[in-house]
Amino acid sequence: MTSKYFFNKYYNLSNIISLILFIISIFFLIFKGLNYGVDFKGGTLIELRSDNTNYKTENIRGAFNKLNLDDLSVKKFGAEGDYVIKFKRSDLNKPDFIKNLKNDLDNYLEDYSFRRVENVGPKVSAELLQDGVTAIAIALAAMLIYIWFRFEWQFSIGAIIAIFHDVIITLGIFSLMSLEINLSIVAAVLTIVGYSMNDTVVIFDRVRENLKKYADIKIFDLTNLSINETLSRTLITSVTTLLALLSIFFFGGEILKGFSFAMILGVILGTYSSIFIANPVLVYFKVSQKTLIKKED
Amino acid sequence: MLYFSRLKIISIIVFCFSLIFFSFSNFVNNEDFFLKKKVNLGLDLQGGSYLLLEVDKNPVINQTLQSKLTQVRNYFKKKEIKTFDYKLGKQVVFFKSDISDKEKILELFKNDNELNPYFDVYKSYQYNVELIDNIFELTLTKYGIIEIEQSLLDQAIEIVRKRVDEVGTNEPSITKSGSNRIAVELPGLDNPDRIKSLLGRTANLTFRFVTQNTDASFGSEKLKDLDTGEELNVSKRVIISGDNLIDAKPQMDNINNETVVSFTLDRLGARKFGRATKNGIGKQLAIVLDNQIISAPVIRDVIASGSGQISGGFTFQSATDLSLLLRSGALPAPLDIIEERTVGPDLGEDSIKAGVLSLIIGFILVILYMIYKYRLFGLISNFALIINLFMLLGFLTIFEATLTLPGIAGIILTVGMAVDANVLIFERIKEELKKEKNKVIAFDNGYTLSRTAILDANITTIIAALILFVFGSGPVKGFSVTLSIGILTTLFSVYYIARLLTSIYVIKNKNNEVTIT
Repeated sequence: MTSKYFFNKYYNLSNIISLILFIISIFFLIFKGLNYGVDFKGGTLIELRSDNTNYKTENIRGAFNKLNLDDLSVKKFGAEGDYVIKFKRSDLNKPDFIKNLKNDLDNYLEDYSFRRVENVGPKVSAELLQDGVTAIAIALAAMLIYIWFRFEWQFSIGAIIAIFHDVIITLGIFSLMSLEINLSIVAAVLTIVGYSMNDTVVIFDRVRENLKKYADIKIFDLTNLSINETLSRTLITSVTTLLALLSIFFFGGEILKGFSFAMILGVILGTYSSIFIANPVLVYFKVSQKTLIKKED
Repeated sequence: MLYFSRLKIISIIVFCFSLIFFSFSNFVNNEDFFLKKKVNLGLDLQGGSYLLLEVDKNPVINQTLQSKLTQVRNYFKKKEIKTFDYKLGKQVVFFKSDISDKEKILELFKNDNELNPYFDVYKSYQYNVELIDNIFELTLTKYGIIEIEQSLLDQAIEIVRKRVDEVGTNEPSITKSGSNRIAVELPGLDNPDRIKSLLGRTANLTFRFVTQNTDASFGSEKLKDLDTGEELNVSKRVIISGDNLIDAKPQMDNINNETVVSFTLDRLGARKFGRATKNGIGKQLAIVLDNQIISAPVIRDVIASGSGQISGGFTFQSATDLSLLLRSGALPAPLDIIEERTVGPDLGEDSIKAGVLSLIIGFILVILYMIYKYRLFGLISNFALIINLFMLLGFLTIFEATLTLPGIAGIILTVGMAVDANVLIFERIKEELKKEKNKVIAFDNGYTLSRTAILDANITTIIAALILFVFGSGPVKGFSVTLSIGILTTLFSVYYIARLLTSIYVIKNKNNEVTIT
């Protein structure tokens, strides 16, 4: 039973790197915060297409600036002539709001159309945010319980630390790059949780199998053996999933960009953490054959 | 794990083919197909408008308490119990009584169903009475409020449905959402301005006299005349209201050459209106809509026919809208539009194109990669993957599920993750082939030993998808639907289709060289 690669040599190094990234991410999340979209912050989002090729972002921004909107942001959105405009206003729920806005805008812009309008009141956005956070919290708890039933508590802690690592660093990167957090990002985070768990479980399953088989191998080498045995599966699945996600990222249109980007980060981090985070935790807890036998008594 | 009985093989084939057959319902003309079902496209793909309306229950609660105040006062008067100092607070009624009557009053609130109804379903009273500093405080209980909310929502949803139907949009969906909200989905509608302005008005119409004396028994209030801009003193006594209307339509008035709304009253309304116009010749009649006077004509003649006209400087459009509002009736409470999402049809079309393109590209990439990695077994796995996609579509068709843009992302993700189970199996078989000479046993072991990992992996993903289904909203829900069904069809395709094909191949080539690469 020889292992081809010595992942366990890098346990300490990778844990230090991860810890630093994790702390930096927390730092960003606390001090810079997340860039919430209208789903969670409330406000209005308009996707505007203009057929006038002379318009630049400044022209569009200038026109909207004249309308006295709070918190205005105007950005290019994918194809030439497409823009996303976001702002806040207190009279969102007035029925004529969008109509009046268009009338005002007609004074400054021509040859444009609204392709998408999203208008979320403060009450709804607060609820959506709460639902999103609850969903992620419940997902984490459910995973913890599931793996606790299937394995021993040491495994459970290893898997949860790995998932936290993936989710926090993904969100940290979103904070760093000021990428928008909306409903689909919550979906992505939940899927990352599932994926990361999936990856970890496959390796843990092999660790457990090997624990039963080899009484004389120490957990430090045993995790490495298990990682090696499952390595090709880990890589092939990551590659196929990434192929699918890259396809969404490049060809799936602007609306799915954030979602697929979060998922791509999550898959890369998930693959890394299932090897370099989840396994060292087992080593740390000195998991051995006894850990399994105790339960069977 | 490699043995399949003939019956099993036939069932697998029948099952797959029927699902694939169902999925074809989406590609052929539905009328000619026996299954008249299709996957619905979400508003983000076909374009359309989603509005979330919230019923503002507070005015109705205040109204309820106001009339409760009168009822309680009269009740105790009849019982000859002295109560006084009635006051209406914020969602509460205060009153006082003599000290000696306190126990009696509290007792009556507990036992008399007329004074304080008891809901058996909730095991709760409608009102809650507390005695604080010798003052009675009457409030609605939680269930009293729920009762009001429910009847409000039921009435409001009826009116909303009528108004939306009158506008005549394509297959609108109007559903309750929570205890006080109404979700309106209007497929294909790219400009909801008109619907929004129709739903944003309560359309409470009353005919009342303009009065000079401010201390009439019913009281009066100052209301603004929209036409002239001046304020008129209008009696609170309602002659007829929108409830008495049986029809309203826009009409061209040839004499004055303007658009008017002509209305027809029911019999009761006609009688009341006839009497009022008879007694009130020379008086000014205010036509009040949502606390604004739309016109205040002087009565010149008795109107006994039960029909009449409202003029108020209407354009044809505003007269049409007003007629529509009057025909559909007044909302019991104001509605707030608290969420709106509108997608234009061209954006929806672009999203479908982009979604399908990325699905095809992702699919081809994964297929090529699998062939590169596993050769013949890659082909088997790809075949299972294709069947898997059609089965997924078949299920979505049977459930008439709604496909959204994130839903398409869910399908693509399924493509990426569906091969995982096969990869786990093939990798395990490779390991077993190194140890085991007998190929059939090695393959069998590969399947058996990889099973727990595959189940664990898929269950964790399904947990995440289900949680998303419960907490997700709108398009994101579509993602969880395709992902969860995708996982189930994936497991089926891996364990029945791919395994069947693998077993046929392996058993045929028992004695030849078999490599997975």
